[in-house]
Amino acid sequence: MNWHRTLTVARTDLKQLVLAKDYWMPMCILGGIFFVIVPFFLLISITSLGDVDAVRNVANTLEVLPAKAQAQIKGDTPQGRTSYALAVFLFAPMAVVVPLTISTAVGAATLVGERERGTGEFLAHSPAATKEIYLGKLMASLVPGYVTTMVGFTLYSLIVNTIVGPEVGGWFFPTQQWWLLMLWVLPGFLLIGLSLVLRLSGRVKSTAAAQQASGLITLPLIAISYAQASGAIYGTITTTIVIGAIAWGIGLVSTWRGMSGVKRQRLLGVADGV
Amino acid sequence: MALRGVHKSFNGSPALTDLDVVAPNGQITVLLGPNGAGKTTAIRCITGAMTSDAGTVHTLGLDPTRDGEEVRRQCGVVSAKPALYDRLTGWDNLIYAAELHGVARRVMKDRIRVSAERFEIEHALDAQVGGYSTGMKTRLALARSVLHEPRLLLFDEPTSGLDPESAQAVLKLIREMTADGHTVVMCTHHLVEAEGLADHVIVLDAGTDLVSGRPDELTRTFWPEDSVEISVEGDPAAISDLAVITGVRRSEPTPRGVRAVLDDPSITPDVVAAIVRAGVRVTRVMPHEPTLEELYFAVRRSARDLGESLPREMAR
Repeated sequence: MNWHRTLTVARTDLKQLVLAKDYWMPMCILGGIFFVIVPFFLLISITSLGDVDAVRNVANTLEVLPAKAQAQIKGDTPQGRTSYALAVFLFAPMAVVVPLTISTAVGAATLVGERERGTGEFLAHSPAATKEIYLGKLMASLVPGYVTTMVGFTLYSLIVNTIVGPEVGGWFFPTQQWWLLMLWVLPGFLLIGLSLVLRLSGRVKSTAAAQQASGLITLPLIAISYAQASGAIYGTITTTIVIGAIAWGIGLVSTWRGMSGVKRQRLLGVADGV
Repeated sequence: MALRGVHKSFNGSPALTDLDVVAPNGQITVLLGPNGAGKTTAIRCITGAMTSDAGTVHTLGLDPTRDGEEVRRQCGVVSAKPALYDRLTGWDNLIYAAELHGVARRVMKDRIRVSAERFEIEHALDAQVGGYSTGMKTRLALARSVLHEPRLLLFDEPTSGLDPESAQAVLKLIREMTADGHTVVMCTHHLVEAEGLADHVIVLDAGTDLVSGRPDELTRTFWPEDSVEISVEGDPAAISDLAVITGVRRSEPTPRGVRAVLDDPSITPDVVAAIVRAGVRVTRVMPHEPTLEELYFAVRRSARDLGESLPREMAR
């Protein structure tokens, strides 16, 4: 395993991505909608409404949350408690949905794209091992989604603290669970999704087919991630660590299998069944 | 570089069948054949980009299946499509190749400049490859193929899509590379390209080699006799039987004159003099020097007429 070559593949793919506006513009828009626009308008509306029936009703529904989650909720007023709960609990799963959507969209096109553009021939004749190519491309697919999410997360933290902070006695976000979700749980789920999508990308005949088929993988995965991310936020720190560890374990096994599964002649588009 | 008895099939369809290819060191070997003859598949087997189903492949003394990385490190490949990254600049494309081939950082920039200058593409290195003409892309692909100083160069129809002037320039550059000691294997279906360039020719058809050898050896195999074509004014029937002349084995009429098969080309003036003495005006005297095109068609004709094994054995 030559890490220099792996990083070279990753860096070159990322460079092409940066040069392709049609790739990164939707990424920014998606991140912007989920991390900035929706939370901003929702939280500003709740905190501006004051102690009205609607807000009180939402505050009452917080009782359905687990006791440990309820205990974490800060704020003395209904709008303070409601906006805190929304900021901390409602948007947590989105932190998983956004990077998975972006990264799988990039990853689905990566290997089959080389074949479609004819550049797979160059890679197939290069000294780079298929493991290095696979891993380099996995890194290049992971980075856009994760970076977009981290940037979005930073902006989200600023918005939440600025809008909700005064209602609950100061800056409170990110909470411990959010840190763990972003730095531990999320990369594990990304790894699972991308390792599967890249294997798919090496097998299908066209980018369009890869995009379609990756939906079959990512949609259930997003549903599972959504549930697990919620659990990580609602549960204890230990729960969050365990969920992350399981995700990492599955992700690493799946990546290992993917590294071994990509054949050189698939880059040429002549492997049996391609 | 040698492929012996190589078989390869895709989903049950044979692409290579008992293929033998040997490329002598420091020479240009041309794989000549129609589309679908197996030229590209052969190149892919040589670098280990594809594994054969049966047979042995030795590239630079190594087995590409086992030592693929080392083989590919010593090979420079230009495929029929230049296989360049359109969004990147020419410079970035070359950097990418240099890094994958393990070119040391301290010499990388110099190597890129030298290669780009050699193929006259240095002026466009800062531009995105997507804006290049087909000729520029081919030049960049050629520059990329030599960056890491490979011992074996594999060119798969490198002039595909080029105008005649650019194609000639590319062929000239390929010829120059053998002067540096490179071994070149080039695939083409353009017979004119192979003419004058090939030190060694292998004619492929339907995934197998029909004949192989030096062009002059092969033409001697198919045309063992020297002959001369003489065009005349007026009725060619006026020419008397030339076989009476010493050294003329036989003669046969052609639409514009006569074709004489000779023991030795040096008696051509005697033949011409005999025709002139008979009162026939000679307009053109052309010793028959078979072109690669004639050879190619003769080989394929023989393969059809006699079965594929015969011409192959003849060449060996």
